[in-house]
Amino acid sequence: MATVIIPTPLRKFANNTAKLTINAASIQDIVNDLSFNYPDLKRHLLDEQGKIRSFVNVFVGDDDIRDLQNENTAVKEDSVISIVPAIAGGNL
Amino acid sequence: MLVIEQKPLDEMINDAVRTFPDECCGFLFGKEDSDSRTVIKIQVVDNAKEGDKRRRFMISAKDYLKAEQFADENNLQLMGVYHSHPNHPAIPSEHDRVAAQPYFSYIILSVMNNEFDHIRSWQLNQQQQFEEEKVLIQQLN
Repeated sequence: MATVIIPTPLRKFANNTAKLTINAASIQDIVNDLSFNYPDLKRHLLDEQGKIRSFVNVFVGDDDIRDLQNENTAVKEDSVISIVPAIAGGNL
Repeated sequence: MLVIEQKPLDEMINDAVRTFPDECCGFLFGKEDSDSRTVIKIQVVDNAKEGDKRRRFMISAKDYLKAEQFADENNLQLMGVYHSHPNHPAIPSEHDRVAAQPYFSYIILSVMNNEFDHIRSWQLNQQQQFEEEKVLIQQLN
């Protein structure tokens, strides 16, 4: 089962869990599993089109899935998937 | 209410003044109970925004992951982010709001003409709008 690390600001939408194990073959499987089991988390992960939000980054190990095959990126039994909120802003 | 200990406050102010006229940024760590959270440590982070940093800041994903790891290893809560507004008041912009995360406190330090002016803190509400948090500076003996 792949390990999924939930970032601090989203843990309250996942039963205050920091780490989950999910049976998955791809990032899409993980997104589907999280969306089904944690509906409140879904709106913070996905946009209206069901795509991963632009302010949410997903890493498999040290690699951003946007540099791999996005949601089709393969996941292995020992993969560690980190959900990383983009932190940005500024005045004006 | 957001309580900030004197040492992390001084470190944030130093970072904001040192970085002026660019925006600085970093993470907040601490403890929380049912009605307040206390910032007891900060971590200065490079502003990873490419180009003009006087109006924008960005923290890299790798620095974010390090901050989560630091919190975990030190039994602290990652409770938010600080950044500066050079020559602007400490009021979040629309750009701040759209990128903001739930739960996090967003401290903004206003630096006017190279001098610290004021500090305010904000949190997203259920409607994804910023609400101000009361800030209390805690002097340690």
